[in-house]
Amino acid sequence: MTLDDAAPGIPATSAGGPPREHRRYVVLIACDPGEWAQASDAVKQEYFEAHHAFERYVDAHGRRTSSAALCDADLATTIRRDGDRSDVVTDGPFVELVEQLSGYYDVELPDLDTAIAAAKLLPKAYTVEIRAVVGVEGYEGV
Amino acid sequence: MKENPAEALADVVLEEWGRLTSLLLARFRRLDLVEDALADAVETAARRWGRDGVPDNPVAWLHTAARRRVLDRLRAESMAHRKMPLLVVEEAGRDAVVRADPGDVVEDDLLRLVLMCTHPALDPAAASALALRLVLGVSTADIARLFLVPEPTMAARITRAKKKIVTAGIPFAVPSAEVLPERLDGVAQTAYLAFTAGYAPGSGPDAVRVTLAEGAVRLVRVVLRLRPQEPVLVALLALMVLQHSRRSARVDDAGQIVLLPDQDRSRWHHDEIAEGVALLSSTALVGPIPVRAAQYAVQARIAAEHATASSADETAWVRVVAHYDDLIALAPSPTASLARAVAVAEAYGPRAGLAAAEGLDAQLSHSHRLPAVRAALLERVGDVAGARAAYGLAIERCANDAERASLGARRASLPDRR
Repeated sequence: MTLDDAAPGIPATSAGGPPREHRRYVVLIACDPGEWAQASDAVKQEYFEAHHAFERYVDAHGRRTSSAALCDADLATTIRRDGDRSDVVTDGPFVELVEQLSGYYDVELPDLDTAIAAAKLLPKAYTVEIRAVVGVEGYEGV
Repeated sequence: MKENPAEALADVVLEEWGRLTSLLLARFRRLDLVEDALADAVETAARRWGRDGVPDNPVAWLHTAARRRVLDRLRAESMAHRKMPLLVVEEAGRDAVVRADPGDVVEDDLLRLVLMCTHPALDPAAASALALRLVLGVSTADIARLFLVPEPTMAARITRAKKKIVTAGIPFAVPSAEVLPERLDGVAQTAYLAFTAGYAPGSGPDAVRVTLAEGAVRLVRVVLRLRPQEPVLVALLALMVLQHSRRSARVDDAGQIVLLPDQDRSRWHHDEIAEGVALLSSTALVGPIPVRAAQYAVQARIAAEHATASSADETAWVRVVAHYDDLIALAPSPTASLARAVAVAEAYGPRAGLAAAEGLDAQLSHSHRLPAVRAALLERVGDVAGARAAYGLAIERCANDAERASLGARRASLPDRR
């Protein structure tokens, strides 16, 4: 059987191929803003150390692109587009929930398992959502 | 090897589907193409082997045919398609550092496939379906039947799971030794979900679905061959084969469900019972084992007590009660307590059983099983009025036709006091 397995444009097999490309993930952090407001200095220090552990893990396995802590959701401004009528600017977030989006990391890591392992290092009070970054077909930025 | 082409093909598909899938995935990293290509190859084989005879190496034949299909598709694809994310495949170099077990290199791809299909980031029902499809080659139509959903629904569920794997970057990889036991736990749960789906009551008894549950047993066997000392897999396989050994006696010729005490024990599969009992004395289950493994093992021991008794009366009910005590200590649940009450009634009499069933009403307020058990025990202590009322409640709550009919027959056979 003679058959050329090297299909054009497709990275070859896992063994001996080029270094594996990383995936880009946005790690979304949700927490109850009240918890942070009431946290003692010692507790805050634990949060900081957990973030350091996360950051060190990501740096060891991939790359951090950007990150931010966000202001409390009750200080957010939401703009609702209501069809033909004029846009409505309101005080508050998309949806009122106990847990609100409070920060994010934009990272590059090998796979979801690595991203999960990193996310588990973040403070236990957080709920963490991992979203893969995708390309939008046909769209090219300016 | 079988000479009959159709049988030879069925055998190869049954034994090698998962390995072929994992080989093709490791090479091409295209989850969307590999399954279709393999299905096409099998279809072609069905025609060609019938005409030309079974090839010398059927597995290699299918592999080559499927590989060509993938290559054809890749060549025909537009550039837009090529930008699609590829499956994340573990690098050979990285394995040496983090791999839990450096042995079994040949079978590692199969383990990668199973772990990918049963990843905790997938919906459990979808993971079960995906494992049956990709590891065992069970058709989407059969998986749909097993889980009692329409075929297009199941096809969509499988497609979505594959999309999630590729988009989210669920890797085709064996995780680190630290995480592997918890992931094998997930494999067990996924397999058990598919197994119990085969026994879940549908609109009526369905022997075909019980046969499909065998897919779940095969899934555990595949992984156990790769990790023979994994307690959770040993215990789960014991539980499955012991429960499954009674399948031929569960439904009578008229399609009615036959309860355990009334089953014709000669119709049980005694070779499977022997296998289950042997698994329970495996060294893998000696000493401290993880909680889920212990739960499966205790449930298997209960099933083994039933399976090895020559009749319902000969069952070692006192031991069964003790096993239920263990199970409730590991994982308290109202259904376990109810099953324990039944065993208590057999071991210590119906009044003791009724007492053991008390206090479960709040937790089992929708279950027909609690009043059904109570009815049978009240009947035995001679409280006909109480039994009639309890059967009435059980019938009212029961959603399964066959079971409701059986409850109705038992109520009708109560002595008439009027």
